[in-house]
Amino acid sequence: MEKFTKITSIATPFPRANVDTDIIIPAQHLKSIKRTGFGEHAFESVRYNADGSRVEGNVFDSKRYSGANILIAGDNFGCGSSREHAPWAINELGYRCIIAPSFADIFAGNCIKNGILTVTLSQGDVDALVVAAEAGHQITVDLEEQTVTCENALYRFDFNPTHKDMLMQGLDEIGQTLTAKKAITSFEAKQKMMTPWLYR
Amino acid sequence: MPQTMYDKIWKHHLVENRGEDVALIYIDRHLVHEVTSPQAFDGLKAAGRDIHRRDSIIAVPDHNVPTKNRYLKNPDPMSIAQLEALEANALAYGLDYIPIDDVRQGIVHVIGPEQGFTQPGITMVCGDSHTSTHGAFGALAFGIGTSEVEHVLATQTLLLKKAKNMRVTVNGVLPIGCSAKDVALAIIGRVGTAGGTGHIIEYAGSVIEALSMEGRMTLCNMSIEAGARAGLVAPDEKTFDYLRGRPYAPKAGQWSAAVAHWRSLSSDDDALFDKEIFLSGDDIVPQVTWGTSPEDVVPVTGKVPAPETFDEPSKQEGAEKALSYMGLSAGQAITDINVDRVFIGSCTNSRIEDMREAAAIVKGRKKAANVIEALVVPGSGLVKAQAEEEGLDQIFIDAGFEWREPGCSMCLAMNPDKAGAGEHVASTSNRNFVSRQGPGARTHLVSPAMAAAAGIAGHFVDVRDFQGEG
Ligand code: SF4
Repeated sequence: MEKFTKITSIATPFPRANVDTDIIIPAQHLKSIKRTGFGEHAFESVRYNADGSRVEGNVFDSKRYSGANILIAGDNFGCGSSREHAPWAINELGYRCIIAPSFADIFAGNCIKNGILTVTLSQGDVDALVVAAEAGHQITVDLEEQTVTCENALYRFDFNPTHKDMLMQGLDEIGQTLTAKKAITSFEAKQKMMTPWLYR
Repeated sequence: MPQTMYDKIWKHHLVENRGEDVALIYIDRHLVHEVTSPQAFDGLKAAGRDIHRRDSIIAVPDHNVPTKNRYLKNPDPMSIAQLEALEANALAYGLDYIPIDDVRQGIVHVIGPEQGFTQPGITMVCGDSHTSTHGAFGALAFGIGTSEVEHVLATQTLLLKKAKNMRVTVNGVLPIGCSAKDVALAIIGRVGTAGGTGHIIEYAGSVIEALSMEGRMTLCNMSIEAGARAGLVAPDEKTFDYLRGRPYAPKAGQWSAAVAHWRSLSSDDDALFDKEIFLSGDDIVPQVTWGTSPEDVVPVTGKVPAPETFDEPSKQEGAEKALSYMGLSAGQAITDINVDRVFIGSCTNSRIEDMREAAAIVKGRKKAANVIEALVVPGSGLVKAQAEEEGLDQIFIDAGFEWREPGCSMCLAMNPDKAGAGEHVASTSNRNFVSRQGPGARTHLVSPAMAAAAGIAGHFVDVRDFQGEG
């Protein structure tokens, strides 16, 4: 997983409240055997008309926000099911950080597992960032300092220290276990002597 | 300090203590099937990780495979995708893979032991809750989820919290006509589906010692239905005899060292268990479930219970719901329940001994006219071949039963073998949940002999005095 320390990028404004996981990735696309390929269906109802054509000027496909790594979202973002497909889909659209007034718990947890930083700011601060994003300003998110800066404004946010550690080191659960790789291989060396028939 | 078998295996696999009974535990063996593995492999790929130990893995398709004709195209595109993904991943990573047309193919929990892959004292996982089956060999074996499958593929370990020790002792002698399935159901009826929660169950006593390896597998298979993640039986001469010469078993040069190690695994005489249950084997009667949980079980000589006979209001309510789903009324004799379908198979009861047990009942008789279909589905291609060599297939066919290709089949409605809404199924599988065998299907869990007898009689009968009414 890519380490998260500090990013600077333009941002996509999508301040709708109560965006649920069905809006992020509709259930009919979950019947997959992969954990990739969800990006094209992400925010489908926002991006496509019923006949499959693009919704003119939607923020996710507009040139104006292309290359944005930050999503400015609304209150209670990610509510609904516990599907991990939601952060997978968001990741594939290129977002590494979501800023919102609040997040659904399970969704926020799933984001961390997938290397996405969720920043919680007050509604007023988020409103100000939406204006800045619409104006095309660059926004900087610094996880180490726990700050968001844009133009002359600076916002501080709280973040769980364990999760901060995981993101900053770029570790998912497997990555964390692999920090004990030496212990695992030395266990194997020992076991191979004791019960050699378990090895081929 | 005296130790239980579980304590010993835990200690032998401890990589790192993480405090508060949590530890990084080494995993020796990993069985991979098509349903729970595709996203795990995809996750590995996405993260650019490799498989830690290829020689710890066997991959085999089972849940989705059609049992009628191997070469008919599977009607469900999702099934096809999962089957293809398993094959592609197994080939890409160079895993030991048993394809659908290989004689060794079958249900993971049947082929693990059959190949000698399951061994005493090891830790073993699979993305399937009935991995507990392998505990019959004294292996610490349990089911895991897809993200854990990926974790084991990448690290060969799991972060686990140590469970408590529970012992279920069954002494005495099992009456003729009763089998391991009846012991398993009787235990679940006694302790309930939450009785083993948070525990690893060790089965002990003269009844367990007298069981064959197949019987011990049936028993350990259903540990999960008793709430425990794993079950264990101490390895003995029967275990060693079963394993000797199997493809993945220790080779001649290592055999005696392996057996010496295996002998040291049994719980110490004075080991303490957090929970102890005692049953008398002499009192066990063939069992039949009447509800939608494996604990809803009574002897075949009994009656469907009245909801008000349960102590807790929640259980009363549950019983009422179950009775209405099952279309049964309180006080109805179990032997008055008509059977629409028979399913003999699943990782609980699809081994050669189960086939023999069912064939002995069916021999020379005919399926009852009201029974729409009686499926006999061997657990693996090797079981199938053995049964055919013994002529069992012909016995079933002559009786009007269907002899199928190996797979999970009607154990769960994930392949074309399903029961219809409202139909009563005499099933040798392990779960009688709502719609498990098809939307609206009514499952009754029984032993292979009881299922076979029900198929002949057209309703449940006490196999002990079954005279072939059909
Ligand atoms: S036979 Fe049934 S319980 Fe066993 S692995 Fe297959 S689906 Fe699961």
